Amino acid sequence: MSTASSLATFQQEFASALLGGATPAAFASQPAFSIYRNTVRKGCIDALEANYPAVSRIVGSEWFRGAAALHVEQSPPTDSRLMRYGADFAAFLDAFEAAAAVPYLPGVARLDRFWTEAHIAADATPLDGETLARHLQEAPDTLALTPHPAARWAWFDEQPIFTIWQRNRAEAQSDDPELEWHSEGALLTRPGDNVQWCEVGCAEVAFLDACAAGQSIGAAAEAALTAQPDADLSQLLARLLRAGAFTCLTESISP
Amino acid sequence: MPSPLSAGLGLKPQHFDTALACQSEGLWFEVHPENYMVEGGPRLRWLEAVRASHALSLHGVSLSLAGDQAPDPAHLQRFAALVDRLQPALVSEHLAWSASDGIHLPDLLPFPRTTVALHRIAANIEQSQLALGRSIAIENPSHYLRLDAHEWDEIDFLAELVRRTGCSLLLDVNNVHVSARNLGFSAEAYLDRFPGEAVSEIHLAGHTPDPTLGEALLVDSHDTPIAPEVWALYRRTIERIGARPTLIERDGNVPAFDELWAERSTAAAELQRVAEADKVVA
Repeated sequence: MSTASSLATFQQEFASALLGGATPAAFASQPAFSIYRNTVRKGCIDALEANYPAVSRIVGSEWFRGAAALHVEQSPPTDSRLMRYGADFAAFLDAFEAAAAVPYLPGVARLDRFWTEAHIAADATPLDGETLARHLQEAPDTLALTPHPAARWAWFDEQPIFTIWQRNRAEAQSDDPELEWHSEGALLTRPGDNVQWCEVGCAEVAFLDACAAGQSIGAAAEAALTAQPDADLSQLLARLLRAGAFTCLTESISP
Repeated sequence: MPSPLSAGLGLKPQHFDTALACQSEGLWFEVHPENYMVEGGPRLRWLEAVRASHALSLHGVSLSLAGDQAPDPAHLQRFAALVDRLQPALVSEHLAWSASDGIHLPDLLPFPRTTVALHRIAANIEQSQLALGRSIAIENPSHYLRLDAHEWDEIDFLAELVRRTGCSLLLDVNNVHVSARNLGFSAEAYLDRFPGEAVSEIHLAGHTPDPTLGEALLVDSHDTPIAPEVWALYRRTIERIGARPTLIERDGNVPAFDELWAERSTAAAELQRVAEADKVVA
């Protein structure tokens, strides 16, 4: 074996031992090896807990860190920017049997992830109503709205995920009213420095989905009305603009 | 001309407003660039606000220079973009590795100091310096394990990297104390041999005894005040090599800003004392 490959071998064995494999023979008698194992594991779990604060708050830190340890073994970080670690944590929770008793947990994890994505997304000026009105007079059929780089939205069937997430993202509030078990939509935006969020209906979600697919404002409006026939489109658009959901106007990909 | 860097502080988000308003001669702040590799948002604006009024140091933790692979080009590109944008006074990395087969291991891992490793690391440092458009400082690691395969003494290894790549050295005095205790060598003898002219920055931090092995195994935990033994080693070092920009590092159990500021003031006073003594001698 060449010396060059022995450096690679040393690192592969070392790395594998850190992620749950056997301790290399050379270090079996040195308890200090566990410092590295603990530091790596703690670094990954700390990152997940920082990135999924509402999930941790719901299940408690001890349970969270147990589940996180399993996730770290299955999907260790591939990027040194640990604020991005755990992109598939919601999917992990969805498949995690021990979490089945808390069926809304994967949805809450998705919203925690949305927050991180919105927090670090590219900067862009949110589109304002006046600019939109001016363009709408000119060419309403081919115009498309581009979602702001920080905008994230989702629809949750039959679960008040947004309310649960919102309550667990802030400090404890004892006077929260009883949860109503119904569908909810969530929209997260970052028009300035701070990530903001609001509840949205299925018409808004359909509208945003259509815009993200490059469809024209007209087609997006149709999608919104299909989702919710009595939707008030001017109110819908005003609410989305106020939240900073869009950045600029483009020609639509498909009318 | 800006005043020379004196003592600096590791910058924590919770101390941002206090730090921003803080003015003191030679004050500077250090951050991990990885935490600012974002497409946009408040983090970068926050750091740029600090940079507008203070000198800044970027202290990387994931270039994996001692890895058996070249640095990740995407990571290096992001690092270079931050250097361009922030024009930091100091840029540093570690004599360690943290990536293997596409997996990122959030730690600073050891390796056998062989001649082959020396070639690999020198090439990695050169490639990094080329991408960043400047020389960087390399930090001596904390040691916990005995590795049989070492061919090089650590100080000789670091000095050879300086000679080959033109990099400078970041001397972490706490790492020397921790390593000396764990591996059983004299911290004083190590520091007395360290190539002083290559040192561009010094780090001071706290450590803790291992929870199971106690004082027999010290952990470079950065979550306690700097120990009296480390302060003594620091004084000994700067009395020999002269004043150098010195960082107070605290990453865990972060206390109120005032407590870190007190440690920073102690280091600044030591640097002042040494600088004045040097002037008298000159």
